[in-house]
Amino acid sequence: MTAPAQTKPATRVSAWRPPLLRSLPLRLSVIAICFLWTLPTLGLLVTSVRDPILIAKSGWWTSLLSPFNPPDQWTLSNYQTVIASDGMGNAFINSLIVTVPSTVIPITIAAFAAYAFAWVPFRGRGILFTIVVGLLVVPIQMSLIPILQIYSAGNLYGTFLGIWLAHTGFGLPLAIFLLYNFMSQLPRDLFESAAIDGATHLQVFIRIVLPLSVPALGAFAIFQFLWVWNDLLVALVFLGPGAEVRVLPTALYQLIGSRGGSWHLLTAGAFITMVVPLLVFLVLQRAFVRGILAGSVKS
Amino acid sequence: MAAARTERPGPSRFVLPIAGLIGLGICLAGILVLYDPQGGQNILASIYDALGNGAGASELRNGSGDQVVAKILLALIALLVGVGGIWLLYLGVGSLVSVLQPTWRDRILPWVFVGPALALLAVFLVYPAAGTILRAFQDNEGQFTLSNFAVMTDPEFLLILRNNALWLVVGTAGSVLLGLVIAGLFDRVRRESLAKTFVFLPLAISLVGASVIWGFMYAWQPAGRPQIGLLNAIVVQFGGTPVPWLTTSPINVFAEIMILVWLQTGFAMVVLSAAIKGVGAEIIEAARLDGATERQLFFKVIVPMIRGSIITVATTIAIVTLKIFDIVYVTTGGRFKDDVVGVRMFHEIFQFFNDGRGAALATLLFLAVLPVMYINLSNFRRQQRQG
Repeated sequence: MTAPAQTKPATRVSAWRPPLLRSLPLRLSVIAICFLWTLPTLGLLVTSVRDPILIAKSGWWTSLLSPFNPPDQWTLSNYQTVIASDGMGNAFINSLIVTVPSTVIPITIAAFAAYAFAWVPFRGRGILFTIVVGLLVVPIQMSLIPILQIYSAGNLYGTFLGIWLAHTGFGLPLAIFLLYNFMSQLPRDLFESAAIDGATHLQVFIRIVLPLSVPALGAFAIFQFLWVWNDLLVALVFLGPGAEVRVLPTALYQLIGSRGGSWHLLTAGAFITMVVPLLVFLVLQRAFVRGILAGSVKS
Repeated sequence: MAAARTERPGPSRFVLPIAGLIGLGICLAGILVLYDPQGGQNILASIYDALGNGAGASELRNGSGDQVVAKILLALIALLVGVGGIWLLYLGVGSLVSVLQPTWRDRILPWVFVGPALALLAVFLVYPAAGTILRAFQDNEGQFTLSNFAVMTDPEFLLILRNNALWLVVGTAGSVLLGLVIAGLFDRVRRESLAKTFVFLPLAISLVGASVIWGFMYAWQPAGRPQIGLLNAIVVQFGGTPVPWLTTSPINVFAEIMILVWLQTGFAMVVLSAAIKGVGAEIIEAARLDGATERQLFFKVIVPMIRGSIITVATTIAIVTLKIFDIVYVTTGGRFKDDVVGVRMFHEIFQFFNDGRGAALATLLFLAVLPVMYINLSNFRRQQRQG
């Protein structure tokens, strides 16, 4: 395991990566880790398209080992059942309706606030932003009872308007924090020359800051989209289990309660809840990683 | 830059205020539609009426018909009002304020920008947090009491605390250690980003979905029956008796923690991998010349250098473990000696209708994250002073 005495490392990578042949155990262990990490999801996916009778009789891996025997073991009927009779189709639409405004509205509000916190001096700015940073870690559990009382009094329980507002409020601290981190790093000259040209803050924000902040806005959008789409607690408390409004996580939770041992339905239902986040994630992975790094490696 | 400098010929000075007024009217109407539980259906029914489709309209009003279209219409109105209304508000008030004397303008304009955000934060986080803390010290009649906290002396509650402690320690340490080792290993192979995708992917999956995935991994059948859960199939293959992973205490706590570790390792890996890449090649070379083995290099040189990132990742995951709700609620509901504060609080409020105890448990969670809040704030202050 001793290091090769390279005289001149051209790049950091060549200093670090061992030569091809000796790296075989390393590469095998990397492949093993990737395999192990994917195995649970693979089991879910395979089971969701297997014949329900077979699922109860043998492990999902047997179908992978002999995919053509019996020949009729693959089916999409599990998906048909959960989408139609278990209401996952309706829940899917509800999830879209909840998630899109809950993502777009907080970004808009946070962008204005982050700009002011970063570049517009005003009295109390430091203290107010400190409060925003403090709110980053306050558990949502602290908000449940009082907000629920407000919602019951104002007939907002079980409405889309109610959950949009709730997700907007809960998402704002992180949104303001991430956007502030980004906007405050923009070069000062930009703002000075704009001020000399007589641009107002509104003009500077719309014509300069917003276009430059697209990476940060996108990163937060992915964050918030995944968070809202995958959220169970807020949806359960403020939207409730009614079939008209319930979202995918609620529907999947109820499916577990009503169809406990029916793995053919649970796996298909679970996969329906995962499709959109997985697609968003695979397509926009780099922006997502950027967002994570901006949010956590500030030291 | 050039865009800010160009003077566009402005529209007539009457057009903007009139457009603003019309927009404001539309927004108010939109809010009314959103507030009405049947708003989407009603407005679509009106549209159908106007188009001469009376049958479709009455179907909608009776709760059948094109419900999906009505919902999507509602969401579009929400986007229009939410985003359009906010822009209108900012632009309208912003240009109104711009007319004022410069001193007043500079005093008021910032509040136009931060006002809506501060109002929402006050309503959805600050006021409720204060209300919850107060409620924790009140009985149902509003009198001061400490009895809500008395629940915390039950033997049952000590079990909950034990479980939360296990989540905090095992969940955080597991995710960070695995993430660190995987980041170190993956950093040294070709196709690194492809390999990272595999470990990172579960982060996109909801905790409910992950609970189903792992519930299937943990599936249990009595001995002698075919095991369809992968883990028990392996146990039986090696001659063991199948283990009911999710109903045996304390194994079930670890089985549930495993689900979170599977999700959070990807997060730890991504952040730590970026930190490892920040360690300069000269340092690695120097350690090698000094005769360090690869393992020493990683644990004695690189790990200490990325300590800051490790602490950040650990605190982030620690907060997630403290607040844990979904996994326990979905897999067992906390019925098999695996209850945690988050789930118990939910049951106190929605099953036992005991808001006071629920508030006391929420306050406990809040106290648990206070040290992290303190660390965040002092980090931020230091940054401000340096910046």
